[in-house]
Amino acid sequence: MATPALLLLILFVAVPFLAAIGFSLYNVRLGDPRAPTFMGLTQYARILTDPDVSRDFLSALLHNLIFAAIVVPVQTALALSLALLVKKSIPGIGVFRSLYFLPVVFPIALVAIIWRLILARGDQGLLNSALSFFSGGAFGSQDWLGSATTALASVIVLSIWQGCGFQMVILLAALQQVPAELYEAAELDRANAWHRFIHVTVPGIKTTLVFVALYTMILSLRVFDQIYVLAKSGGGLNEGATRTVMYEAVTAAFDENNIGRASAISVVFFVIVVILSVIQRRATREKES
Amino acid sequence: MAQPVAPSQKISKRELTSRIPHYAVLIITGLLFLAPVAYMIAASLAPANDTLAGFAVFDVTQWGLHNYSGVASSLSSDSTGHLWRFFAVSFTVTVAVVGLGLVVNSMAAFALSRLSWRGRGVALLAILLLLIVPFEAVAVPMFYLYNDARNTLWIQIVPFIGNALSIFLFYSFFSGIPQSIDEAARMDGAGPWRIFWRIIAPMSKPAYASVAILTFLTQWGSFLWPVLMISDPNLRPLPLQISVFAGQLPPAWGQVMAFGVLLVVPVIVVFLVFQRWFIEGVASSAVKG
Repeated sequence: MATPALLLLILFVAVPFLAAIGFSLYNVRLGDPRAPTFMGLTQYARILTDPDVSRDFLSALLHNLIFAAIVVPVQTALALSLALLVKKSIPGIGVFRSLYFLPVVFPIALVAIIWRLILARGDQGLLNSALSFFSGGAFGSQDWLGSATTALASVIVLSIWQGCGFQMVILLAALQQVPAELYEAAELDRANAWHRFIHVTVPGIKTTLVFVALYTMILSLRVFDQIYVLAKSGGGLNEGATRTVMYEAVTAAFDENNIGRASAISVVFFVIVVILSVIQRRATREKES
Repeated sequence: MAQPVAPSQKISKRELTSRIPHYAVLIITGLLFLAPVAYMIAASLAPANDTLAGFAVFDVTQWGLHNYSGVASSLSSDSTGHLWRFFAVSFTVTVAVVGLGLVVNSMAAFALSRLSWRGRGVALLAILLLLIVPFEAVAVPMFYLYNDARNTLWIQIVPFIGNALSIFLFYSFFSGIPQSIDEAARMDGAGPWRIFWRIIAPMSKPAYASVAILTFLTQWGSFLWPVLMISDPNLRPLPLQISVFAGQLPPAWGQVMAFGVLLVVPVIVVFLVFQRWFIEGVASSAVKG
């Protein structure tokens, strides 16, 4: 009974994964009449040390790390605040829960296009118009996506808008598991709201918090859709300031037909994901026992 | 704090006033979350040259449905692709992946949690390992390996049917059902298929709902794989098409936003109808840690 699923997973996950390791050792190209030649670890050496190639790859890796360094704490904190905000079941709370979750159902390709218009440069975009209105014209001609200083930040903002509700729901479920008696006891001890948060809420949802943070970190490494849409579909995104590891892998494979290098990038990407996943499992398991 | 919520008609005036700040925060946050969605809807209704003119999109007096009729006539030839076909492709792919995935993955999970067969331990370990492999890590080698299947419908469906996370979620749920239930059925002479279809599967509706919704969300928004594999406008799913549509020159932003609304309405409808399952589905994905 397990055969169909296992067969599919072998064909479409295990085999391609092993193939990635194999391809990364050769100069594989699509439609190349010559047989691929073995190059050992040259692809890896190139993406990591050859300045012509490594500059783009390392900057991509750096962008993923900056993305993670900002998104993980900000989005987790925001998601937790939202979860706390909608935790108490007061009349109409369901509407707000749905509202904050709504962006999650938006495909990220669409989110990128909506925000591309909101962030449009000059006085075209909604954000610039609003800024100029509130500042009396002092601000509001920023080229959010095109400028190297704000491009990555803009992508981060739209990604958080889309992803936050997901984490909120996971944290809300955890908050509702914290026994009410603990809060009652804290109240009897005259603990104020902040103390209740630090001494009851945080310990109560620690495992979930760690899970959410590490899960967000892995998602941050996988970022691709919004960068690709904004850079390739007339979004005017500053590619040099926002390229990510997956963007590099896809452009190496698709635009340069360099399957070997793209595979090496995929393998490096996977190694980083594995390290994070191992940390994630360790961290969430320890806290439970 | 911990008392059960009082029926709403009994809320005292004092309690109501004390809640005003809470509601104020809820509403302001809600407006922030809603703003991009409101912008999309407004831009889809506003005249074409208002889309990139700041607040002009919110001029209700100018609103009309011309962008919707425009998108229908812009996308109505074989070279641009037909509007209805993008929906047909996304719909077919999503329904097939969700439907076949539910059957195949729940069967595998049943075999793993309930039947004893040679290789079960290895298979279970393999599933846990495959859980870590994100699709992004195998996208490049799959692009090469399945090059002959470019621009087909099946290559958008088959690779995504077998899913380690779905198997894992079913497995966790099935493991929580007491073994004594199957034993009783086995005494009555029921074989594994019968036990699965007649007893375990009907008892596991929440697990099916959660997995269906998680798969539906990822599949409807799927972007990376179509970017790599699909160039034929008659086989493009919606998220890929909106990026192509947004990248054409000159861009018709009003129509792009109308397309965006049409793209997201089916998900929002499904979300509103199955709201409870969405929230539970997302929350259950957190047990993965």
